[in-house]
Formats: sequence, structure tokens, C-alpha cells
Amino acid sequence: MEEAIATYREEAGELLAELETSLLDLEETPDDNELINRVFRAMHTIKGSGAMFGFDEIASFTHEVETVFDMVRNGKMIVTKRLLDLTLKSRDHITYLLSCPLGEEVDRSDGDEIIAGLRQLVPQIEMPQKGSSDVPVINLPPVSEEELANESTWRIRFRPATNILMCGTNPLSLVNELRDLGTAHVVAQFDEIPPLDSLVGENCYIYWDVILTTTRGEDAIKDVFIFVEDDCDIRIELIDKSGLIDKDQGYKKLGDILVERGDLSPVEMQKVLTLQKRFGELLVEQGIVSPEKVQSALVEQQHVKSVRKERSETPQVEAAASIRVPAERLDQLINLVGEMVTVQAHLSQVSMAGGDATFIAISEEVERLTNELRDTALNIRMLPIGSTFSKFKRLVRDLSSELGKEIEMETFGADTELDKTVIEKLNDPLVHIIRNSIDHGIEMPEARKAAGKTSRGTVYLGAEHSGDSVLVTIRDDGAGLDRDRIRAKAVERGLISATADVSDREIYAQIFAPGFSTAEKVTSVSGRGVGMDVVKRGIDGLRGTIGVDSVQGSGTTITLKIPLTLAIIDSLLVKIGKDHFVLPLAAVEECVELTREDIKNSHGRNLANVRGAIIPYIPLRQHFCITDQQPDIEQIVIADIHGTKVGFVVDHVVGEHQTVIKSLGKMYRDVKGVSGATILGDGTVALILDMGVLLQSVEES
Amino acid sequence: MAKLIMSADDSASVRQMVAFTLKQNGYDVVEAVDGKDALNKLATQKVDMLLTDLNMPNMDGIGLIKGVRAGTLNKFIPIVMLTTESNDTKKAEGKAAGATGWIVKPFKPEQLIAVVKKVLG
Repeated sequence: MEEAIATYREEAGELLAELETSLLDLEETPDDNELINRVFRAMHTIKGSGAMFGFDEIASFTHEVETVFDMVRNGKMIVTKRLLDLTLKSRDHITYLLSCPLGEEVDRSDGDEIIAGLRQLVPQIEMPQKGSSDVPVINLPPVSEEELANESTWRIRFRPATNILMCGTNPLSLVNELRDLGTAHVVAQFDEIPPLDSLVGENCYIYWDVILTTTRGEDAIKDVFIFVEDDCDIRIELIDKSGLIDKDQGYKKLGDILVERGDLSPVEMQKVLTLQKRFGELLVEQGIVSPEKVQSALVEQQHVKSVRKERSETPQVEAAASIRVPAERLDQLINLVGEMVTVQAHLSQVSMAGGDATFIAISEEVERLTNELRDTALNIRMLPIGSTFSKFKRLVRDLSSELGKEIEMETFGADTELDKTVIEKLNDPLVHIIRNSIDHGIEMPEARKAAGKTSRGTVYLGAEHSGDSVLVTIRDDGAGLDRDRIRAKAVERGLISATADVSDREIYAQIFAPGFSTAEKVTSVSGRGVGMDVVKRGIDGLRGTIGVDSVQGSGTTITLKIPLTLAIIDSLLVKIGKDHFVLPLAAVEECVELTREDIKNSHGRNLANVRGAIIPYIPLRQHFCITDQQPDIEQIVIADIHGTKVGFVVDHVVGEHQTVIKSLGKMYRDVKGVSGATILGDGTVALILDMGVLLQSVEES
Repeated sequence: MAKLIMSADDSASVRQMVAFTLKQNGYDVVEAVDGKDALNKLATQKVDMLLTDLNMPNMDGIGLIKGVRAGTLNKFIPIVMLTTESNDTKKAEGKAAGATGWIVKPFKPEQLIAVVKKVLG
């Protein structure tokens, strides 16, 4: 949980930085809807995750600022200098709230002032009441932290009060708590158990000697006995410490230990020593010390000896099963492997052209090794997706109780591995999808019963491998999407025309449009139509695809198809004129020929007939204004983009290609339809096409 | 089987918070509004542990602890008292009456759970 909170702080910090940039840009161009949306989304995410981790103060404060920006977004307010000032102040206030330890009282004066200011800007709207917390604020010293002290060995004698059982304390569980602190040897002492006729069953006569080696300090040991220290006889002594420069692996003699413990006097020891038998046996034989006490001392001797032996044998840096490496170093490795793949492609090309058998053999060997190296390097960054899943269990629990719904979460495939950066970027989209499922998908318990379902709804989150992608599935057994309502809303907003014949999938895809919401009321959870826009952007950024399936009355399934890694992808290399282009292979379905005849038959409408299906295509030659000689037979690469089939017309399909993605420089970053570039074997540059954006830009024009 | 814990407190909000925290961590909870109510219920119902406030109407926490230890069904259960920091004498009194441990109010959910786990062993 602490980890999750730290992650949230980090994420929120990033969002706030982004928010600040957007606000400053907004000052220059106050009409920029994209910027307004960005501000709003940042607020939305900060609020949503804040509530999830118990940052209630942040959640309630951000909710108010978000409400104002919602009005701006809907054109009910305009961006003014005053609004930007207040929002920038809000950003600072959220930063302050973030820095406050969870659960501690915060200074609300700044926040109240900002909210009052915002209310003045929009006096006509009703601000939701600030949630007043009647739970008392709690201040207590933190639970004792692990002390970074060196490993030490302690001798503990725990002699419980005879009536300890009457206080409901189980002394054995205390001994077990000691065991949990480190390596422990426990010897129970029975010498105080009275004869049967005077034994009281409810009393405790046994006491324990524990030799404990632990890295936790003395306080941790004392904490174990916190409730009983007043009534019980507890002795804690330090007998060995790793800090001591004591190369001697041996340890004290048995007699010395017993004397130190006070179980034997030095005089008695001397007396027995003169008898020259095995010391322990002698002591017992003579009835000076009980066998248990001798055994206890022997255990101590053994324990310390083995601890010291271990210490001298283990090198300073422990050889562990895993090592921690800074993420940048891994990125650097991946970059170098990328360069290597490029150079290797060049080498193969040159060797094939040269025709020298030895040279070709070497080059093939290099190719094989490079491929292995690439796979291994990419694997290093793979992490199981399960760490993200566990965060959502909490989200589901909190949200469902807030909304008064009964929802449980099921997960599967938590050990499915994905690139670390991909997992990080999946977080926001998943939060929004799951929130939507809980808020809009799953019905109230009564409604569920009325519909003949169990009152408890289920949100199902799973991940599985599928080729070079991972499928992340979010399924709920709720009400399902209302096809007609979504369609009506999309028509109303001009997203699709009223008469168009569109498939269910295409209709459902509308829920990802910015600001799209069929919700009648805005709840603190969702309903503003931001969430799904965030999802789409997030998944697009990962070059993934989203599929929505829904059956009204029985639930919705959202499937995210995410490429395993962002650095190197499988792609289709194509050629138009003299230029090479790269199409990500994940979306490509097939390649067919496009003849002059076909073009003529379609009467200039850019439609191809593929085995009876009419598929629209985009002639890339014209799109990119490539003017040299067009071949008689062109090729259509047919791709599936968010459920829509579209063809891309190229001159030649060269074949599959391992593409090492290079991002474009600043100058070209905003070019639409191109998501990156790659270097081919012969050193030329090929652009990586973003088919989704290409389709969109053609649709728009 | 989930362990059953009795929470005895005259403040509904504290009972609510305690019950919520315990249930979240997989314990079952039975509530009592004061010492007398708790003692009546404990006479017939076996529980695994008792969490009790010290200041309660009808019968206070000390009386409740003594009553439980003098009874039969729940004689040996761990009893944790909720005290305020300033109340060291009460703490000693409670220990003498047979309390197993204590939690100082106000406390965080995780602290409550840590203590519950500790005394339940």
C-alpha cells in the first residue's frame, strides 16, 4: 500500500507539471480546446486516483476546480486571466496537499480562498458541498521502522508472570513473534514446573531462552513484549554483533556463558572444572545446573558459531537472485541493441550482395546472435502486470462501497509480462475503464435482483498473450451499453450521421470521443465523458487498439490489445516511388492487388472490392504527393483499425521487417500520420506510418 | 473460519470505524454499546477477542474486563482496551483487571490491525 501511495504521489507530480505547462500555454491561446481538455483530464486523473488512495482532501478540492473547467470545456465559461491565476494557485495547493502525510491535518486556508475565488467567477453555479470529515484526525508515532542497524545476536530470557494466561496473552505467540524477527533458537525451561499436586492448571510455569540473530534493533525486540513488560521478567542482552571486528569464529566456552547468564557462579565453575570431564555432563551430573539450562547455553554457543561462520563465508555483496538496475541503463541497453539490429541488417545486405560464402556465414551468425540479444534485452524490461492489478482491487472496493454497490473483482493472468514502460502507461486507461464499469456498468443491487441477476456484480480484469501483443480484458456483468442512446447522442453531436448504417462496434467506439457522455448526472466518480477519451489517447500512445463488445442487460467487455514492447516492432516494409514506409504489422490483415481495372470500376471513389466486401482505401502516393511513375499494378495493404477495415495503397510490398523505432526530431514531431522513423539496412530512413491517424485525417478532409 | 471479535464502545462512530477496519481485514465483528450489553452477550456467545472502550455508561471497561475474567465461556480470551494517552492510571487498572493489551486513541486502522494480530497470535 505504501508503495502504491508513493506511486500516486509521483504520478500526480507529473500530471501537475503537465498541468502547469498547459495552463501557461493556455494563457497564450485561451481558445485552444485541446489545452482545456488537457487541463481537465489532468484534474480528473488526480482526483480519481487521489480518492483511491485516501487523499480525500485532494479529491474534494480537485473536484471543485475540475467542475469549473468542465464548464469552460462545455463553453459555459471563457478562459480569463483570473481563472488561470486561480487554477495555477490550485496546482500549487494540490502540490502542497500531496506533500502532506496522509491522514494528517492540512492547512485548508489557501484551498478555501481559491475555491471562494472560483465561485466568484461562476456565481450562478452551485458548488457541491465540501465533504466534511467527522472521523477524528489521528496522530500517532509511526509503527517502529526497521532499524538499519547491523545484524546482531541477542540473548533473551522471557520469564512470563505465572498468571499471564489469565490476561489472555499466549506466551508462545510472543516467542513466535521473536522468531519472525530473524534467526532464532528457542529452548524452553521446565525447572520451575511444580509437582503435580501443587500445580495450578491456569498458571504458566515455563520460561524461554531465545538466541536471536536479527538486523532489527533492541527496540523491535522490546516491542514484542510491549504489553507484558511490566509483569514479566524479560532480559535482553547483546551477545554478538556483525560490526565487531572479530575474526574469531569460535565463541565463549559453555561455562562462561552460564556464568554470564547467572545460572552458575564462577566458584562453582572452577570447582567442576577441576573434575576434567565434559563440562556440561558434569554440571548436570552434579545437579548444579538443570539439563535444559545447559542445553540452552549449548544452543547459544552453536548459534553464534554458525552465525559467525556464515558471516565470514558470505562475501560483502550478497549474490542475490535478482539485482536492481536503474531504468535508464536498461533504456540505454535497448537503444544499443536497436543500433545493433540496424547495423546487422546492413551487414546482411552487404554480405548477400558480395556473395562470399564465408562472409555470408559470418553475417548469418551475427544475425542469429543479434536476434537472441534483442529478445534477451527486451525481456529484461518485462514485468508481470499483476502489480498493477492489485492496485485496482482497492479501487473497486472503495468505489463500490461509495456507490452502494456490491462488486467483486476477479483477475487472471497477473503473471503476464509486459514492458515496464507499457505497464506504467496502462495505469490511467485502466483506472478510467474500471471506474466506468463500476459507475455506469454494474447496476445497484436491487436493480440486479430485479433483472434476475445476483445482487453482487463482478468486474473481471485479465491479461493474456496473443502473438506479439498482450490482450487486457476488462469485463463486467452489468447493464451493458445502450446502443440506441449512444447512437442518438453521437448523432446529436454530429459524430455520425443520422442515416448512416454503422456496425455495433463502430457505435460503441463513439464512447471514446472527447466529452462524450450519456450520463444524466455527473457523479464524483465519472460521467463527464473525459475518462474514455483518456483511455483512447493512452492506448493510442501505446500503439494499441481498443475493442468494445456489449450485450444489453448482460455486460460489457473492453479488450485492449497492447504491443509487448515499444522499442522494436514487427512491421511491413512497403515502397512508394523511391521511398520506403513501414506499417506496424499488428494491424495488417492482408495484402491484395489493385489493378487499373479496379480503379476504373470504382469510379473515383477509392473503394475496392475484396472478395465481395467493399473496402475503402487511401492512396498513399497521392496522400504524400509522390509524383514519379506509378506502376500498373499497385498493392493494397488492408488493416483493421479500431474495428474498421481500411486499405492503404502502395507500389510494392517489400516484406516483413524488424523495425527499431526512432522518434522524430522536434521539427517533425507533429506531422500527422507519421509516428516515427527507422533506419533500414542500407542506411536509408523509412517513415513509420500511424494508420489510425492517417485514416482520421482522410475522414476529416 | 474468520475470527470473531467483539467491539464494545458507546460511541457509534468508533464502533463503526473499528468494525469496518476489522471486516476489511477478514475478521467478523459483533458489537456492544456498553459494558453491560457486552457482558450479557459474552455470557452466551464465544468470541476470539474483545476490544473495549474504558469509559462507557452502565458498566465501564474495567468492570467488563473483570466480568469476563470471572466468567467461564470467554475467560481466557485476549482483551484489548482503547484508552486515551493521558490515562496511565486507567491503563494500569485495566491490566490489573486482566486486560491483555491496549491501544491509545486516536489510532490508525493499521495500528488496530497490528495489535489485533499480535494478541490473537
